[in-house]
Amino acid sequence: MSSIISISGVTKTYATGFKALKEINLDIERGEIFALLGPNGAGKTTLISIVCGIVNRSSGSVTVDGHDISKDYRAARSLIGLVPQELTIDAFETVWATVNYSRGLFGKPPNKDFVEKVLRDLSLWEKKDSKAITLSGGMKRRLMIAKALSHEPRVLFLDEPTAGVDVELRQDMWAMVRRLREDGVTILLTTHYIEEAEAMADRVGVINKGEIILVEGKAELMRKLGRKQMKLELRAPLAALPESLSRYALELSADGNQLTYTYDNQSDRPGVASLIRDLEAAGVQFRDLDTKNSSLEEIFVSLLRQEP
Amino acid sequence: MNLRAAPNFRAAPNFRAVWAIYRVEMARAFRTVLQSIISPVISTSLYFVVFGSAIGSRINEIDGIAYGAFIVPGLMMLSLLTQSISNASFAIYFPKFVGSIYELLSAPVSYLEIIIAYVGGAATKSIMLGLIILATAALFVPLRIEHPFWMIAFLVLTAVTFSLFGFIIGIWAKTFEQLQLVPLLIVTPLTFLGGSFYSIHMLPGIWKTITLFNPVVYLISGFRWSFYGKADVSVGVSLGMTLVFLAICIAIVAWIFKTGYRLRN
Repeated sequence: MSSIISISGVTKTYATGFKALKEINLDIERGEIFALLGPNGAGKTTLISIVCGIVNRSSGSVTVDGHDISKDYRAARSLIGLVPQELTIDAFETVWATVNYSRGLFGKPPNKDFVEKVLRDLSLWEKKDSKAITLSGGMKRRLMIAKALSHEPRVLFLDEPTAGVDVELRQDMWAMVRRLREDGVTILLTTHYIEEAEAMADRVGVINKGEIILVEGKAELMRKLGRKQMKLELRAPLAALPESLSRYALELSADGNQLTYTYDNQSDRPGVASLIRDLEAAGVQFRDLDTKNSSLEEIFVSLLRQEP
Repeated sequence: MNLRAAPNFRAAPNFRAVWAIYRVEMARAFRTVLQSIISPVISTSLYFVVFGSAIGSRINEIDGIAYGAFIVPGLMMLSLLTQSISNASFAIYFPKFVGSIYELLSAPVSYLEIIIAYVGGAATKSIMLGLIILATAALFVPLRIEHPFWMIAFLVLTAVTFSLFGFIIGIWAKTFEQLQLVPLLIVTPLTFLGGSFYSIHMLPGIWKTITLFNPVVYLISGFRWSFYGKADVSVGVSLGMTLVFLAICIAIVAWIFKTGYRLRN
């Protein structure tokens, strides 16, 4: 069994009748970084909260490393560290006290050296005797991570880890996540920033309106659904496309000054090189050329559009 | 780390979590020492000055006990009840309010462990407070405790019961207003009318009967008996009523935890 978290048939209907999750099936592989991508209100936080035991599910089952989250909740929960989206800490506790508290809460024996290491890794050691209320937003965020890591979890959940976080901290956080992965920690992060998934994830799951639309390796997803585009700025406007170029899927802009060639990464049959040769042969000259990969963002947006 | 190699893992209670929560709760009490310890001592001293000395000097004795001494058990109960409720309700409401409860809910702790830690913390604080008030009272009036064992038993039982009650209020409350509502509108009046400052035998006929529906009467009566050997109602009934209320609170808590009421929904 290689998956560390196995979610099957999980649904959640809130007391208001709102169906937050409609039958979720998802497996998280051991040691991977999995990004759960979806717009606000898609059900990301609800799903994470169910796995962590914060919210009761309406139906379905979840196991963490083979432990059922209801029957065997102690074993299941002790494997997970959760960094929630909101900065929710007891403001009057010191950094040192609150991180040690978290460790105790998860049943781990006191280990000053380990807690010190966690705080140093997150650049919080200097602040260990400060009360949480005196910390900046970025430090509070790191404190939340320190609390989640204090009990040496095998799975780390990061719920919208970089929402409202500055660029520097975001880079630090990504680096930290990669370090954790090297230590064998499985990471599940939710985000609605696609660049985050693109920068970090091994696999991406897209969730929308309480349903998982797709789960795919990030590279395959980009390859399968990704498109490449080449834009050519022409020297002189063209009235119509020359007949000799008809085998290429070319688009001519309205003013005739720009040609756009869209091709996918998988089958580059009519290659870019041959297009350029054919353009030359047809006497079409261009001033500039630009190619770009479609980003995960564009893939994501097009996926959501396909949804009814 | 192979957790499945430890077959007892699932059954093993998480004592470390209980200790961690308990310690945080006690630390809060010492951090807010002015509010949680000194201010009740001051207000109790004021009761002694006003009721014990100023007014009490005009009241001879009740059941053969000097008035100043007579009110000591009632005053202790008054603080014990209000402090147990406010300590426990605040302890669980506050994390709910700021959102830090997520950590407790995601931790490998059982409901029983959560209860033991929070109620234990709240009860410890109010018991300490009760003893401080007792010591303060000893400065004002001559005290005697005829049944020390039962005095401690009533003290602990009441502290635990009302901490549990406070815990329920803390889980039920959605706003700070609701949090204050029950203590203010129900518990304080019941305590004042529960015979803290008088013997219920002093009440006119019908009120004496009505008073018997007030559960606090039994607590105060039993507690006062442990001091002076005199009670408004029999000690067995006092003890029984306290245990009944404890049982009701336990039943409600069990239901809350079974359904996840206002915690996991």
